[in-house]
Amino acid sequence: MRVAVVGAGPAGVRAVEQLVRAGLRPVWIDEAPDGGGRIYQRPPAGFHRTPKALYGWEGGRAAALHATLDALKPQVDWRPETLVWNIQPGLLDPGRLDTVRDGAVEQLGFDAAILCTGAMDRVIPIPGWTLPGVTAMGAAQIALKTQGCAIGRRVAFVGSGPLLWLVAYQYMKSGAGIAAVIDTTPWRTKLHALAGLRDGAATLAKGAWYVARLRAAGILVREGATPIAIEGEDGVTGLRWRDASGVEQRLDCDALALGWGVRPETQLADLAGVPMRFDAPSHLWVPQRDAAGRSAVPGLYLAGDGAGIGGADVAEMAGARAALALQEDAGMKADVELATRLDRRLHAQARFRAALDRAFPFPARLAATMPDATILCRCEAVRAGELRQAARADAATGAAPEVNRAKAFTRIGMGRCQGRICGAAASAVLADALGCDVTEVGRLRGQAPVKPLPMPMPIPAGTP
Amino acid sequence: MRQEVALRLVRLVDQDRPEISFTFEDRAMTARQGDTLLTAILAGDGAFLRESEFGDGHRAGFCLMGACQDCRVVLEGSGRVRACTTLLQPGMRVRRA
Repeated sequence: MRVAVVGAGPAGVRAVEQLVRAGLRPVWIDEAPDGGGRIYQRPPAGFHRTPKALYGWEGGRAAALHATLDALKPQVDWRPETLVWNIQPGLLDPGRLDTVRDGAVEQLGFDAAILCTGAMDRVIPIPGWTLPGVTAMGAAQIALKTQGCAIGRRVAFVGSGPLLWLVAYQYMKSGAGIAAVIDTTPWRTKLHALAGLRDGAATLAKGAWYVARLRAAGILVREGATPIAIEGEDGVTGLRWRDASGVEQRLDCDALALGWGVRPETQLADLAGVPMRFDAPSHLWVPQRDAAGRSAVPGLYLAGDGAGIGGADVAEMAGARAALALQEDAGMKADVELATRLDRRLHAQARFRAALDRAFPFPARLAATMPDATILCRCEAVRAGELRQAARADAATGAAPEVNRAKAFTRIGMGRCQGRICGAAASAVLADALGCDVTEVGRLRGQAPVKPLPMPMPIPAGTP
Repeated sequence: MRQEVALRLVRLVDQDRPEISFTFEDRAMTARQGDTLLTAILAGDGAFLRESEFGDGHRAGFCLMGACQDCRVVLEGSGRVRACTTLLQPGMRVRRA
């Protein structure tokens, strides 16, 4: 049986571990050179920080995952630095992955595949966000983790979610200059959602600890605040924002990190025909799957944040569980005891995730009410006003009733990132302009190639 | 005389790595082994990575994980590459995209 695993983050590593344990030798593909995913990405050779210094409280988990990853590589068909740019699901025939590595394309057949495609930052465009010096929240962390650099001398962190506090704290500990931490979620929202749960209380305690350390260092930390605009000409010079009581404020900064949690990378699942659903608590479109990771497409399994945001620990469990499901479905002898244990733990984690979603709600209003002049789609430089115009019944094209039509009319989400960055905010703006629910405007569909291909590139015969 | 440019990325930790020379826009620059092109350019005085083709100003990357494609530069011999996922090698010749 030919099995393929896409992604070598926490989910991919634990999936491959279970496949190898069952005697399989999967093809294992990752876009990065070294695996680990974004969360446990390792710096290139020549860096010397310990896992504890790199990953904090998760240092032990990271080191364990890296050890498993490195031990598995020689036992599988390991293909790093390889992009899966298209997928044909297997229905009657085997499925096919289109891959490219260093300009060379290759098609790989599979009988079963586990997609562990991970997540990326969810951002809300605010005026000035395309200036040099503004990055996604995860980007600010990656700069520090994998390059030992801060994104500026005086960095403002703006957004919400556990990553906001963590990255700000990591910057402080590394000696970076911090202008402020602007959290759009009020403290009471977090408190109400998390206080009753054991894991929730731990998250709150960690968050409170980070915030206390930041405040003790004299750093401005504000909750329930709202960003208005990033100032600057060739780079960032400041941020205008509104405090919890509605008073406009301004601060000096030369860099700014933006982020409201993460969103799943669903393009391959989408192209394979996996039905998607809108998950209201997280305000995200996610591919449908059962608790074990089975999708409606035969032979296709989903695990980790790419299948719905659960975080790294859940991803490890879900990866292993999906591999066991694959074995069960293929008529192989699977470790039933482990599957049962994972099911129980994943079920318990789902409650915590629901609480986290309530604690850090996506501020859809902030997106929906962005000024007309704000660049919404940074690839195509489409402004919010252009999208609102396309929603008008008297638009020359007729009103765009959903986001893919709006894309055709305005080029929103049509650029090189395929709407990964602007998609969530674009849907919020369009739904608000149409006066409908965000689920009614749909989502930007995935397109092959899921990322730009190097050109010129020989296309093999038989490719549609 | 060249105008003073603020360095965008600030080297903080893990910087005891050998120096590497490369060119950016035909100007000789030095960076460190293990730097990505993005780090090498922006922790030096490269200032920005490309001009937006829509006339809305300079761009210098955004996601740093190979998803947003906003950090593309032209690497001699390879064409367009993402600066955030391409490791610097000695003697590379890089231009703004």
